[in-house]
Amino acid sequence: MTGKLTTIYLYSRYERFWHWLQGLLIIILLLTGFEIHNGLNLLGFHRAMLVHNFVGLSWLIAFAFFVFWVFTTGEWRQYIPTTRKMLEMIRYYGYGIFRGEPHPVPKRKDAKHNPLQRLTYLSLSAFLLPVQMITGLLYWGYNSWEAWGMGFLSLQVLAVLHTAGAFALLSFLIVHVYMTTTGHKIFAHIKAMITGWEDVPEGTPIEEWERAKSKQYTN
Amino acid sequence: MKKIFRNKLYFLAVLLIVIGGLVCAGAGMADEDREENDLAVSPGRALARKAAKPQQGWTTTDHSKHPALQGEFRKGAEITAACLSCHSEAESQLHTTIHWTWVGYTDESGKRLGKAGDALNNFCLSANSMQDKGCMACHPSWDGRKEVVNCLACHGQKNINFGEAFEDYNAFADSDDPDEKEIAEEIQANVLAAAQSIGRPTRQNCGECHFKGGGGDGVKHGDLDTSLTKPNKDLDVHMGVDGQNFECTRCHTTLEHNIAGRIYSKPAFTERKSLIEDDLTPKITCESCHGSTPHEPGHKANDHSDKVACQSCHIPSFARVNPTKMSWDWSQSGKLKDGKPYKEVGPLGKEDYLSIKGRMTWAKDVKPEYRWFDGSMKTLTVKDMIDPATRVAVSAPVGDQGDPRSRIFPFKVHQGRQPYDKVHKALLAPLLSGKEGYWATLDWPSALAKGQAALGVPFSGEYDFVESSYYLPTTHMVAPKQNVVGCIECHVRTDGRLASITEVYLPGRDRLNLLDTLGWVAVLGSLLGVTLHGLGRVFTGGRKEE
Repeated sequence: MTGKLTTIYLYSRYERFWHWLQGLLIIILLLTGFEIHNGLNLLGFHRAMLVHNFVGLSWLIAFAFFVFWVFTTGEWRQYIPTTRKMLEMIRYYGYGIFRGEPHPVPKRKDAKHNPLQRLTYLSLSAFLLPVQMITGLLYWGYNSWEAWGMGFLSLQVLAVLHTAGAFALLSFLIVHVYMTTTGHKIFAHIKAMITGWEDVPEGTPIEEWERAKSKQYTN
Repeated sequence: MKKIFRNKLYFLAVLLIVIGGLVCAGAGMADEDREENDLAVSPGRALARKAAKPQQGWTTTDHSKHPALQGEFRKGAEITAACLSCHSEAESQLHTTIHWTWVGYTDESGKRLGKAGDALNNFCLSANSMQDKGCMACHPSWDGRKEVVNCLACHGQKNINFGEAFEDYNAFADSDDPDEKEIAEEIQANVLAAAQSIGRPTRQNCGECHFKGGGGDGVKHGDLDTSLTKPNKDLDVHMGVDGQNFECTRCHTTLEHNIAGRIYSKPAFTERKSLIEDDLTPKITCESCHGSTPHEPGHKANDHSDKVACQSCHIPSFARVNPTKMSWDWSQSGKLKDGKPYKEVGPLGKEDYLSIKGRMTWAKDVKPEYRWFDGSMKTLTVKDMIDPATRVAVSAPVGDQGDPRSRIFPFKVHQGRQPYDKVHKALLAPLLSGKEGYWATLDWPSALAKGQAALGVPFSGEYDFVESSYYLPTTHMVAPKQNVVGCIECHVRTDGRLASITEVYLPGRDRLNLLDTLGWVAVLGSLLGVTLHGLGRVFTGGRKEE
């Protein structure tokens, strides 16, 4: 491995808490959701439904805190998508990683996501999770549709969208967990997400556009 | 290093709080299991207990002391006259009720809905305008003749055979033989005791006819048979003698001898109201006493009550003690053994074959079939056209998914095969009992001609048999809550109880197969992809080992 490593404080307390909380909630929601969808048998249908509803509603509250955090801290800039170095990233995961090449976009405090991560996490936070929340909340409120003036809704359409989102999340989860093993040690990224301290190569140049705080990210 | 350690501690603490919260939530959910042990009473039960305090059997009269009931009675009509000497309006009230007329009403097209009218079923088919005397045993009059009201049919608390008693008494009463005189006095004492033993109708009274609808115990209704004369709570939580011990009239409330309940296509009720909303509302619905959201607040079952009838979950099966008849094939009737009509008894101790009735099947502990139901039934009459190519619905529930008054409701479906007129394309109403009835002659053309004539409807002379079905709503035999139908009996991929209810998306049952296929392909593809990628890293040694 090339170069020396230096340890930087990359993930704040709230960020780590939110990460693991949403991880836990998503796993519970996936398990209970697929039980309701009749693929698993863990808690029993009735209990799975109760847990799913409870955890789903808890998630809505937790997500509201995340939205507050991401905007008040300016961290939202970390999610702005870019195509710069995208090809390098794809080449790295498809080829370079097998050759022991260095990561093309090392993490920095103000550029913690590489271009692939930015795109993925933006899709997740701004699209997939909201879709799951909206379809889930409406699904849960089935009996109140008339009272909410939403009698036009179709449970089947909602259920299909919600299930599609669940499959997407499960696929993401698998790839996401695997990607944590691609650090300089197998558990390096997981350790960083627990402690907040990430090991990065010393002296890696960070271009101006990568810095989240910069508004001239397009150069 | 210390900092890292502190962060770990912090993280653990947060995780503990989250897990703690989830465990507490889980414990809250476990309440339902605890509820089985019955410490908490659900709101619906609490409401019902307030509405229906244990009935105090009190009255201001003792019929054995009434002068009118001290005389000598030589025939039923004399007892009735004694009743009416005080209860002056009772007879005229009863005469207007369906219990007396056997006609619910006449519809716009002149069809008389009722067993004495044009209505049909797929059991004994028709009462032929009361010409079929076999049916009259259940008419609340004396001697099977619609002449004088028999008050004791419903109000008598001593069950004696009045027909025999009067016949014997009249034979011996005027005799000079002291032995015969003594017998006559004994008979008269029994008659008198029965006439003086008066009360509100009991399960025994109502059951004498309603438990034996269709000509025998449990023939017609799957949820009404003689096991309800003295049921336990397992069989019916309301009528159980070890519980509330409700009589029929506790729910089938009465107004001037009109008893609440469904009358042919007319529903038993038009509004779902509780006694809290209207204290004079009939108690005929579950909601009358239990309200429309009877379960614990937040319980999912409360969300079901707008579409699923209480009965659908709370009556897991009918005919739980006595068997009920499930099918009746009239076309098999008429076979003879050694030139004589015969019977065969099946495994449940019930007759599977009778030469006079045909082949029939019986079943016990039967899961209902579920249909949308707005409380009214569509019943065929002898005047309705049928399509002999299909199974004819002699009676079928009315209702659909889009109607806010309709609920998914449990039914017993009795399958039949019964005669129809090949020319007029209508079901036929043969005369069954009596000297000229089919049961005596085993001659279809003659029995059909006589039965149709009694109803004043034409018969072409050409007949055949057609498959039919008859729906009977299931509303009695409400089980204790621990026996209630569980979620997964409907929310299950295949063979669920609601397999026939296809108009709604049912979580756990329904899915978009394409989506599930694509979804699992994506998930397995992801797994395969990362596995290959990981193996690639291992074998190329590209993993960044220090």
